[in-house]
Amino acid sequence: MTIDFLVAALLTIITASTPLVFAAVGEIVAEKSGVLNLGVEGMMIVGAIGAFATGIITGDPILAVLAGAASGALMAFIFGCLTLWLLSNQVATGLALTIFGIGLSALVGHQFVGVTFAGLPKLDIPGITDLPFIGPLLFGHDALVYLSVISVIAVAWFLRRTRAGLALRAVGENHDAAHSIGYPVILIRLMAVLFGGVMAGLGGACLSLAYTPLWIENMTAGRGWIALALVVFASWRPWRAFFGAYLFGGITIIQLHAQGLGVAIPSQILSMLPYIATIVVLVLISRDDVRMRFNAPACLGRSFHATG
Amino acid sequence: MNTVHRAMAACLLAAGLLAGPAQAEPLKVGFVYVGPIGDHGWTYQHDQGRLAVEEAFGDQVETSYVENVPEGADADRVIAQLAETGHGLIFTTSFGYMNPTIRVAEMYPDVHFEHATGYKQADNVATYSARFYEGRHVAGLVAGSVTESNVIGYIASFPIPEVVRGINAAFLAARSVNPDVSFKIVWVSTWFDPGKEGDAAKALIDQGADVIMQHTDSPAALQVAQDRGVWAVGQASDMTAFGPDAHLVSVVNNWAAYYVRRVQAALDGSWGTSDTWGGFGADMLLLSAYNKAIPADVIEMADAARAAIAEGSLHPFTGPINDQDGNLLVADGEVADDGMLLGMSVYVEGIEATLPQ
Repeated sequence: MTIDFLVAALLTIITASTPLVFAAVGEIVAEKSGVLNLGVEGMMIVGAIGAFATGIITGDPILAVLAGAASGALMAFIFGCLTLWLLSNQVATGLALTIFGIGLSALVGHQFVGVTFAGLPKLDIPGITDLPFIGPLLFGHDALVYLSVISVIAVAWFLRRTRAGLALRAVGENHDAAHSIGYPVILIRLMAVLFGGVMAGLGGACLSLAYTPLWIENMTAGRGWIALALVVFASWRPWRAFFGAYLFGGITIIQLHAQGLGVAIPSQILSMLPYIATIVVLVLISRDDVRMRFNAPACLGRSFHATG
Repeated sequence: MNTVHRAMAACLLAAGLLAGPAQAEPLKVGFVYVGPIGDHGWTYQHDQGRLAVEEAFGDQVETSYVENVPEGADADRVIAQLAETGHGLIFTTSFGYMNPTIRVAEMYPDVHFEHATGYKQADNVATYSARFYEGRHVAGLVAGSVTESNVIGYIASFPIPEVVRGINAAFLAARSVNPDVSFKIVWVSTWFDPGKEGDAAKALIDQGADVIMQHTDSPAALQVAQDRGVWAVGQASDMTAFGPDAHLVSVVNNWAAYYVRRVQAALDGSWGTSDTWGGFGADMLLLSAYNKAIPADVIEMADAARAAIAEGSLHPFTGPINDQDGNLLVADGEVADDGMLLGMSVYVEGIEATLPQ
């Protein structure tokens, strides 16, 4: 197995994992504020078509990425209005958001079937990107890959080291207490939900602009659900979600390579591997019941209504 | 979305009822689709057939369709609804509609039903499918001729006879023009996941494949091939647009001719149950334009094979053919019968991979 081969496999793993990183980290922020948004799949797919349509119409990759983020945020705003002000059930509303998003994206995307996008420009620093091994691996990606890493760092820092992050976590742990000391619970939750939407939209933009630069109905193919699982897997910690996404993406790609190399393991078992690995790690992490409960936001999924 | 579409369909159907009978009663033809028309593959091609029916018969027919119908209890309801609202001929276009179609057909003996890719017929239920393996034979000839690394990558969905037959047909054809060729086969356990199909294509190319064939539905693999500068074969519909340089040829499912023929039969009262399994000869398969970069003699050979299959003088499974263990599948000089083709569940000799069971 040559170095080139290894680099190629690693590059594929990075592009496969990036959309999951975005969606999972966004959902962590929303859930840390106490809002369970099961509409990640719907926000992702709308982000994907928003980004793709804008990319085709304007030809500008930056506008396309922004439009993807905005589309995801718009979906999140609908969710926020319904669950935060109208106090609808978060689980049911999230599921409805996914179904709505898939339908809406199909409607908007109808005219974009069969059109291809040139893809996002990749970083290319003369002399550095050409370095063996390190060059293409660290300095040869599109901007979204770097943005995904930056967002993990930023979210981890925000949640643990800033006052605003503390307020957000307080709202997620006990909204009545947070309300009584004067935090604007609804506003904070809306912001968190919108951030989740922006990130899911970026994840969708990754799919339709970089990963497979085309539009087909239902192209997220369940990645939003995997991102949701990663949040629990990561016990609501951004870095764990990052590694979880790469573990999942990595095993998916490695099993494809193993099949091509004729490894004598039934392909059905290889296809199960990413999921098995996720479950095994989840079991290992959640062995410690106290810490698991410590990490999960206590008010997750519960509606807040100020009663005076 | 399913619910929304079905609700819309129900409204449309109700509107149709209220409109009352027209002067010259048109034949109402219904279509049940498993996916969205925008899939650019399986369902898209069926809808092209529906449009061809509309064009061929104009005012004589009235077509309607329901998209994204799950293969299960919902299918019964949708099919029955079409029958209830005066449709005289109903096409159900996915394997999983087989039992629902048979059940509904028993309740509506005066309605004609057509079920794609199934094997259960009744007095008012006909079945039809295409010999996709004929197209894979031609694609295999081209792939075997243009490969320089002698490695062809194949993205497969599920190990069912339909898919295994396609792999075997392509492999035998590629070997017949290039004895050094080998196949790398990756099973992705899905019909449709653009990301995963693209990743499978990348893995195969990284392992030396310079032609990608697929039995999955999205054009993602073709797009990866374009990006990496290797060849690929399109699936189900003409996929040229997704990778103009990489695209060798697409094997296109063509239901139009069959649908027009059957609607004609229903119109003139000659409709009867039947079991159709047609390929190039019945125009149920077509080839897209070839890539201009393919050498002329290769195109000539591929076209000759296509024509020979169409007229029946060439069968893609002509003996001697052994399976991987050396057991004789088709004797020297014989051709495989349809029963053997429909149940094919072993790789032919020469494929160095283990078929998942």
